[in-house]
Amino acid sequence: MSIDAAEVGQIAHLARLDIGPEDAESHAHNLSGILAFVEQLSAVDTEGVQPLAHPLEMTQRLRPDEVNETNQREAFQSLAPATRDGHYLVPRVIE
Amino acid sequence: MHNRTIAELADAMARGECSSVELTESALAAIDSASDLNAFVTVTPESALAQARAADDARRRGEAGALTGVPIAHKDIFCTAGVRTSCGSRMLDNFVPPYDAFVVEKLRRAGAVMVGKTNMDEFAMGSSNETSWYGPVRNPWSKDTVPGGSSGGSAAAVAAGLVPATTGTDTGGSIRQPAALTGISGLKPTYGRVSRYGMIAFASSLDQAGPMAATAEDLSIMLTAMAGFDRRDSTCADEPVTDYRAALGNHSLKGLRVGLPREYFNAEGMDAGVATAVQQAIEALREAGAEPREISLPNSGLAVPVYYVIAPAEASSNLSRFDGVRYGHRCAEPRDLEDLYKRSRGEGFGEEVKRRIMVGTYALSAGYYDAYYLKAQQVRRMIRDDFARAFEQVDVIAGPTAPSVAFAIGEKADDPVQMYLSDIFTIAVNLAGLPALSIPAGQSDGLPVGMQLIGNHFDEARLLGAAHGFQQLTDWHKQRPSPEA
Repeated sequence: MSIDAAEVGQIAHLARLDIGPEDAESHAHNLSGILAFVEQLSAVDTEGVQPLAHPLEMTQRLRPDEVNETNQREAFQSLAPATRDGHYLVPRVIE
Repeated sequence: MHNRTIAELADAMARGECSSVELTESALAAIDSASDLNAFVTVTPESALAQARAADDARRRGEAGALTGVPIAHKDIFCTAGVRTSCGSRMLDNFVPPYDAFVVEKLRRAGAVMVGKTNMDEFAMGSSNETSWYGPVRNPWSKDTVPGGSSGGSAAAVAAGLVPATTGTDTGGSIRQPAALTGISGLKPTYGRVSRYGMIAFASSLDQAGPMAATAEDLSIMLTAMAGFDRRDSTCADEPVTDYRAALGNHSLKGLRVGLPREYFNAEGMDAGVATAVQQAIEALREAGAEPREISLPNSGLAVPVYYVIAPAEASSNLSRFDGVRYGHRCAEPRDLEDLYKRSRGEGFGEEVKRRIMVGTYALSAGYYDAYYLKAQQVRRMIRDDFARAFEQVDVIAGPTAPSVAFAIGEKADDPVQMYLSDIFTIAVNLAGLPALSIPAGQSDGLPVGMQLIGNHFDEARLLGAAHGFQQLTDWHKQRPSPEA
């Protein structure tokens, strides 16, 4: 599987990463190398093998639906780049 | 205090030979004089001395435990309330968490004194500690070589005797490989043994926290304090915690069935010096009454490719939280929301992190999911089943931790796949969720060689007992780099 600079641009867009045109070629080269390396999996016969998502195959633990955290909005928002009146600020989305 | 173990320091404090304040001052001075190693991202002298005074007070009240007053350091992946937690990334260079990670909380309650936060590969993605935003860590054995990664700062700090123990995290070998390359001991516990709460996520089905120290005995003291159930990590195991130190003597080497995977000893690219050292270490186990036997892990060659689908896939999802909105780096003057996301992430993440996010995004994208992610999860089960079959015949599995000794800084930096193969012996363990440790087992070209011991799920006590038994017979764990290296 070989990836070119244009495909790097598409993947970077999906991942919301700004990749400059000067870096797209080297990423294309490295991503192609990594994909070629993992390509060996396609030769493995996995007919009938169940996928393994959790190494101990534990099921999700449930807890009672009760409030167990206190509101720390001010502490958390003090880390944010921009807030106002308890809201996180981003560039205008709706004109 | 230089180069003394937790056990020795605790004894010295109990006998009144030194105080925690003195030990902490000595650790802070050692860190300062070893700044060329770049092992620390942040040093916290004021809070460390306050914790040390509190520890000395606790001791006077007769309330001292095995870790009371012992200086330690945390990998900079563990959130520390009020202390910057960077994860080795520009993205989190300004991040001061409002809470402590479970591991940080547990070790503080056990009386350990935190002297600072150690350097690491960015978001724990790397095997050489060269991807850190704060620059590479140098191996105290030879300062032109890497300490391994991603817990490279934690490894170098113990190897150089700056602190007796540190915490690390291990997603594909990030505790064991740096332990091997710096001549110390490091344990990756069973998946779920230690809570991941407050540990910045890389690949959530693989990540596990563990201790790094000079000896298996110190690992056992640290693990006893770190392990335990925590409702805030939904994958944390609700299993009883053994007093691992008290259990060390329960597991003698005599009669221990040691599996030697033929695939590990015939691996391509393995240094002859590493192979020889590990063979000699296994001979020492045999002489002590252990029973080595050849086994096979037929799918072990597939572990690295499986990992480089699953780990980037999970990473691409986990790292989507870094959006420049709620915390972390935000680009200047974003044009619109998409520009805010893209430039904040493009500027905040380094090359290796971007690479893995893109591999994961690709593997999870429509049309490729079955061929990459689903396929990798199927082979993951085959790898885990290989281990399950092996543990029907043996108690532990032994082999080299890494295929080579410490390599030169820059040597593998331009070839991601070559770098990934540094973890050829460690990655399968994470895929299977097993516990494993690395202990110093010899030297090659004057640099340390690590031996890996892998155990069955929740069998940490047997692993630590075997490692402790080996350290009673050998003195590789006592070898230290010369200060002029």
